[in-house]
Amino acid sequence: MGLLGDPTRRAIFERLARGPRSVQQLADQLPISRPAVSQHLRVLKDGGLVVSNAEGNRRIYSLNPEGVTALRAWLNGVWSDALAGFHKVAEAAPETAPPPEPGQEIS
Amino acid sequence: MTTTAPIPPITGTVTIAVPIDQAFRVFTGSINSWWPHEFHIGGADVAEVVLQVGVGGRWFERGVDGTECDWGRIRVWEPPHRLVFTWQINGSWQFDPDPARASGIDVRFTANGSAETTVEVEHRYFERLEGGQAIHDTIRGGGGWSLLLDGFAKSVVDQS
Repeated sequence: MGLLGDPTRRAIFERLARGPRSVQQLADQLPISRPAVSQHLRVLKDGGLVVSNAEGNRRIYSLNPEGVTALRAWLNGVWSDALAGFHKVAEAAPETAPPPEPGQEIS
Repeated sequence: MTTTAPIPPITGTVTIAVPIDQAFRVFTGSINSWWPHEFHIGGADVAEVVLQVGVGGRWFERGVDGTECDWGRIRVWEPPHRLVFTWQINGSWQFDPDPARASGIDVRFTANGSAETTVEVEHRYFERLEGGQAIHDTIRGGGGWSLLLDGFAKSVVDQS
């Protein structure tokens, strides 16, 4: 398992991608305890994906500003799940629909 | 030319029991169905993931609040064999409109007979993204390729 293989750790990481947070703020947004959040943050920090700064009497966590490392780690998990999803949908799709035409927007 | 060291690409291969035309059609035309919606960049939850087909087409997410967040553009459109599109979210998790600073996703479709297709995905050129110069590969403990390929192997087994 990579650093982002754990779903909870990935959820913490994705929240930090939207902006710096304290441990308490993360714990408030996730169904896990504050000590559990701290433990995941330590793993992410040791792995170089997350950094922390002291702000008053608390620590604020954010993604490592050398951000492509973090981005690539995240995308690694994204592609793994996305292609598993593609596999499932492709094999379930009907075979008769025509290929899309250029310029057509399909979602 | 820069002298930035390449960052290893992310690669993955999946073999599916459908004809090549269908594989290409689902990959491009039904991305909203298979792209996991929890993977997104914008602040709002995803309403849909859109890929506008053909060269120059936009790849973006539309949030439940109606806002759109660009991810990239289609560069090569060769149905049903090949597709190249960009990922232009940089190390600051922002869209960078400069195509010179884009990473690229090269997708190749190969027919194994009439009813099976192998799809190979390579996401490369991470070093071109702004923030890429400071890369240090600190991913440890079996991340990277092994994780990705484990995922595919599992999905193949689950499907068969």
